[in-house]
Amino acid sequence: MESHVRPLPELTPENTAFWTGGAQSKLMIAFCGACDKAIHPPQVICPACQSRDVSPRAVAGSGTVYSYTVNHQPWLPDMAVPFAIAVVDVDDAPGVRVTAPVTGCAPEAVMIGQRMHIAFEPSGEVWLPLWTPLEGAAA
Amino acid sequence: MKAAITGTGMSDIGRNTGRPAMLHLADAADRALARAGLTLADIDGICTYPGKADNSPGMSPLGTGEVRNALGLQTCWHAAVPDGPAQMAPIMVAAMAVMTGQARHVLCFRALTESSSQSAGRRASIPGAGRAEIGGWLSWLVPVGAMSAANWAGWMATRYFHEFGMTREHLGMVALGERQFAQMNPAAVMQKPLTMDDYLAARMISTPLGLFDCDIPIDGAAVVIVSAADAAQDCRMPPLRIEALGSALRSQETWDQRADLTTMGAHDAAIDLWSRTAFKPGDVDVLGLYDGFSIFVPLWLEALGFCGHGEAKDFIAEGQIGPGGRFPVNTGGGQMSGGRLHGFGLLHETCLQLWGDAGARQVAGAKTGVCAMGGGFIAGAMLLHRD
Repeated sequence: MESHVRPLPELTPENTAFWTGGAQSKLMIAFCGACDKAIHPPQVICPACQSRDVSPRAVAGSGTVYSYTVNHQPWLPDMAVPFAIAVVDVDDAPGVRVTAPVTGCAPEAVMIGQRMHIAFEPSGEVWLPLWTPLEGAAA
Repeated sequence: MKAAITGTGMSDIGRNTGRPAMLHLADAADRALARAGLTLADIDGICTYPGKADNSPGMSPLGTGEVRNALGLQTCWHAAVPDGPAQMAPIMVAAMAVMTGQARHVLCFRALTESSSQSAGRRASIPGAGRAEIGGWLSWLVPVGAMSAANWAGWMATRYFHEFGMTREHLGMVALGERQFAQMNPAAVMQKPLTMDDYLAARMISTPLGLFDCDIPIDGAAVVIVSAADAAQDCRMPPLRIEALGSALRSQETWDQRADLTTMGAHDAAIDLWSRTAFKPGDVDVLGLYDGFSIFVPLWLEALGFCGHGEAKDFIAEGQIGPGGRFPVNTGGGQMSGGRLHGFGLLHETCLQLWGDAGARQVAGAKTGVCAMGGGFIAGAMLLHRD
């Protein structure tokens, strides 16, 4: 799926922890220091309480598939298809979903409720997230 | 509300027309002005979505500046609205402009050359493709392989199927109904019959959405003239009063974080729409619902209250939205069989119906129409009524 023309995320002060956490194999989610709300996409202000005390911390890196799609269309000339993209409810971060491609199982094996764990692949300055099935664990 | 639509026009849309966007735009403007009984000298405002943009090939080749120049317009007011209640934003702000006296007749336009551009560049409608970096809400999608809106709509459909037992056949009924309408509309790009077997056999794009669940990139332009209520009285056609607008958005600007992804921004905008009028869904004669992907049609039907949450599959299976149905949707063939003018084509068709100008597909006596644009967090809705 690597492609020289697939754009990478622009790094900002808010999102750098998320996109570079993979270097330490950590899924970094922003939390409010005042009310502990999980904030994603990350931003500098808590939308719930307006606190400016927002900072990233590592969560377990597991989650449950909320939905998914199997992409069959090669949108770019060098895109290998099919592959599944999962929208995953992240454990320990209420209300936060992380969307990422699925690796480690056949695309058609992905299902709603499936338990997943995060993995990362480096690309340029960032580490792109991937979801990989947790063996033998169903929700 | 003291604003009305007084004219609409569409160019001869098509695939790979090779014509400059400006010629499509000029044709659409001529036709809209002729319908309204106006001339270019009457136009004192101009508005568009999104403005000149190159975020995907041929997506928006014209801004207000070039169109003002080409048509020799001298305007009192102009604006482009890339960031608003879907592709309906320019119609909405034009209505506000005429109501606040900034202009009397506003030419709203949408022009696309996606068909020619994609063929020439061999690139699909991929936002940001070819760029090294991408920001904003797209940065949470494109870099992780969710490059196309087909993917985003795909996971919404997967969840909806899971919760409510919808199947591909239900979405197929939406596509087939639109094709049947298209066959009654000479301006629609797809005229061949479409069977359920054809639909189910077509190649998959992003599960559960296949080729015929997607709208069709075209070259073309549409113009909608929004006039002040008093100025509208001088026009050739009966004014189509903008009875209400709905723009609310109560979730984040994302395609994956909304708590219930079997709903969209559409649901917020639709509640907003009905809160501003005494009309009810049962008063509506004809619907133009955004169908960039087939799944948006049932979601908009539910959002607008034509059926309950989770009931759209039965509503569709009962034949309510196809030819002969009580609530006909996208009578011009929609974007899936008519071609993608980003909502402007749906609004044009809704207006034709309310003027009794829809030819073989005319809904008898149509006086009230709802038009809704957008998918995901992007949504705007409008109720039109001919007095």
